[in-house]
Amino acid sequence: MTTPLKVVVLAKQVPDTRNVGKNAMKEDGTVNRAALPAIFNPEDLNALEQALRLKDRYPGTTVHLLTMGPGRAADIIREGLFRGADGGVLLTDRKFAGADTLATSYALAQALRKLQPHIVIAGRQAIDGDTAQVGPQVAEKLGWPQVTYAEDIVSYDGKEMVVKRRLERGVETVAATLPLVVTVHASAPGCRPRHAKQLLKYKYAKTLSEIQETGADYDAELKNADYLRISEWGVADVGGEEAQFGLSGSPTKVKKIENIVFQAKESKKLAASDEDIDGLIKELMANHTIG
Amino acid sequence: MNFYTDNNDIAFQLQHPLMRKIVELKEKGFSDKGKVDYAPRDVDDALDSYDKVLEVLGEICGEVIAPNAESVDHDGPEVHDGRVTYARGTQRNHEALVQAGLYGMSLPRKFGGLNFSMVPYVMAAEIVSRADAGFANIWGLQDCAETIHEFAGEDIQQEFLPRINKGDTCSMDLTEPDAGSDLQAVMLRADWDEKKGMWLLNGVKRFITNGDAQIKLVLARSEEGTTDARGLSYFVYDKAWGGVRVRRIENKLGIKGSPTCELVFTNAPAKIVGDRRMGLIKYVMSLMNGARLGVGAQSVGLSEAAYREGLKYAHERAQFGKTIVNFPAVYELLAVIKAKLQASRALLYETSRFVDIYKAYNFVAEDRKLTPEERTECKEYQRLADVYTPLLKLFSSEYANQNAYDALQIHGGSGFMKEYPIERMYRDARILTIYEGTSQLQVVAAIRGVTTGAYLNRIREYEKTPVKGEHEQLKKILVAMTAQYEQAVQLVTDRNDTEYTDFHARRLVEMAGHIVMGYLLLLDAQRCGAFEQSAAIFITRGQAWNTGHFSFIEHFEPDHLAAYSVLKDAE
Repeated sequence: MTTPLKVVVLAKQVPDTRNVGKNAMKEDGTVNRAALPAIFNPEDLNALEQALRLKDRYPGTTVHLLTMGPGRAADIIREGLFRGADGGVLLTDRKFAGADTLATSYALAQALRKLQPHIVIAGRQAIDGDTAQVGPQVAEKLGWPQVTYAEDIVSYDGKEMVVKRRLERGVETVAATLPLVVTVHASAPGCRPRHAKQLLKYKYAKTLSEIQETGADYDAELKNADYLRISEWGVADVGGEEAQFGLSGSPTKVKKIENIVFQAKESKKLAASDEDIDGLIKELMANHTIG
Repeated sequence: MNFYTDNNDIAFQLQHPLMRKIVELKEKGFSDKGKVDYAPRDVDDALDSYDKVLEVLGEICGEVIAPNAESVDHDGPEVHDGRVTYARGTQRNHEALVQAGLYGMSLPRKFGGLNFSMVPYVMAAEIVSRADAGFANIWGLQDCAETIHEFAGEDIQQEFLPRINKGDTCSMDLTEPDAGSDLQAVMLRADWDEKKGMWLLNGVKRFITNGDAQIKLVLARSEEGTTDARGLSYFVYDKAWGGVRVRRIENKLGIKGSPTCELVFTNAPAKIVGDRRMGLIKYVMSLMNGARLGVGAQSVGLSEAAYREGLKYAHERAQFGKTIVNFPAVYELLAVIKAKLQASRALLYETSRFVDIYKAYNFVAEDRKLTPEERTECKEYQRLADVYTPLLKLFSSEYANQNAYDALQIHGGSGFMKEYPIERMYRDARILTIYEGTSQLQVVAAIRGVTTGAYLNRIREYEKTPVKGEHEQLKKILVAMTAQYEQAVQLVTDRNDTEYTDFHARRLVEMAGHIVMGYLLLLDAQRCGAFEQSAAIFITRGQAWNTGHFSFIEHFEPDHLAAYSVLKDAE
């Protein structure tokens, strides 16, 4: 290994849409974020695991998280630290607010220019938007190659990274040069648990704003323990054109929201024959109910 | 699922007033603060660390270990070419706990441990056992590290202890085909080899849990020609040194995931731990006390699991037009299971606190001389730990079996089938009253607490604690039970006949235990309403149990013994 790898994991705090209850949606058809617990986007955890495996395999590798969101999204950085990451940056600024995938990618790409990692690893998509656009857009903006739907980072020889991709009809193994963006699929290994020592080491890790909220003395808090500082960057810190951030940088406009109420359709009668059973199984497989 | 956060009764024990003292002692005035980045700043920080780490453990237990338990029970370990392979689920459980840094919890930080006191470590053991009692053995054998830390020299500590946190597992190799309860009969030979500068072990060990571990503590006969305990020394063995083969693994009734091995030692190199001839007398006795506390935790964890299965089924299953929990016969079973569960848990953490305080004093004594008051206190807590440990092992393991039996009964015919986890728990529970000293041997140890008045003294301490007005009635019962207990002890010891005392020993120990646990529940109920029902149930049931024992002792004539002892001559 020549130079130690610098890895940045893109992670997002999302409402837990996997266990939706009655109050999951507001009257206007938008997600009721207050009613759903905020969690680490699941595929971003798969991404973090891939990053941590690089760190296990190639000593000297550092893993940082990059997330964008309100102040409470610092939880995502802490969660990453507890599981083995070395640090993180929270992009938080009123001017970032209201961003669609394009403005988000712009902000992330600006921050990445400053962080200068060798590899960026992100989840394929977030469970609140399901767009799978942010990773690829970040790669485009940076002008880096991208490998999507990754299941495993197989090897790295100092120049090329070999990545196994999970595709609809099978797997594909590709090689790419660094710097590189990889987006990770849910079929990749789940993330390791929090490590007791990391948890105890970083339990007081905070952003400047969080320390100010508690009224504590910032310098005193971090004296001799600079690792407890979670960086907070705003628009001014990452630079770039203001118009491209947040709402103003977001061409996506929601035209209309349709409320759909699930209800049972008419039942289907099958004869007790192999053909009918066969047909049903094929139908269920085709619409992914089973298999 | 998180097996720590879904059970407030465990966290409640972290708030016990003695915990602050325990943490202060264990952290030696927070001397690691600023030196080790994960060391706590003060008592509250340390208690918060306990809580946070248990939350991580609780999640792994709920999300990984418990879901694996069924397949682990089914697959079990295998042995090929003298080596053990764990079931796949066992491997995953182990990996998850290694990844989370949850081995070596109680070891000092300089050896990669978390320097946790006994109480949170015992909590972890309880939680792991609730998920899979068999796996708890593999995880719990990190107790061996405790023995190495306490008794081995600095170089052996440096050689072995840092490996615990990295995931090396342990075994304690004590029993042999002809040395089970009676460990003085151990015959495995240890001979000093001048050329190698090592001891060489030769012989057979049997019923060794996790016998293919990387690190072993082996009891062996170092003094040629001896036949008693004084010829035995304690050795540490590294799997990498070779010379040990797993001949077979046992096919067991329960805890099937935990490999129970028969081992053949052929010139296996080893290093001595501590002093020659002190193996059984000092080190194994200490290790056994730790292991008995471990079985206590295992038993309480299993009771918790059984209680939850029973409760769940009783709310799901409908018969005669209503869920069965509505029938007095069923809700009584459940309430008694819960009372025994909470009583044994109260005893578990009371014992753990006693162990914690005296061990922490010993730990402090490594750096500085204890004051006379501290020495007295240390000795007092050690004495308490010594009499509470067998009481805990006896009651918690018997209750775990009773609770698994009753929880299975609530399931009716379904409980007999593999479809429900209670069937496995029922089988897993069975070993608890047997290993690390049978219930009968616990009574032999605990009867000293009866005859020396140690239990009575402690009961008097509990009695001094004021209770709320509405609990006075329960306290009155306990005071009356104490008087009755004293009378029973008098009746038995007045005979001055060892066999007679041995015959009634279990009854006397149980009477003491019921009073002790009754008080512990009552005192817990002063701080938290969640223990009120169990206190009321346990104390009134205890009154009835003790009255039964008392009646039997009171009406027992010396010649009644013959009706029992006649079997000595029956074939």
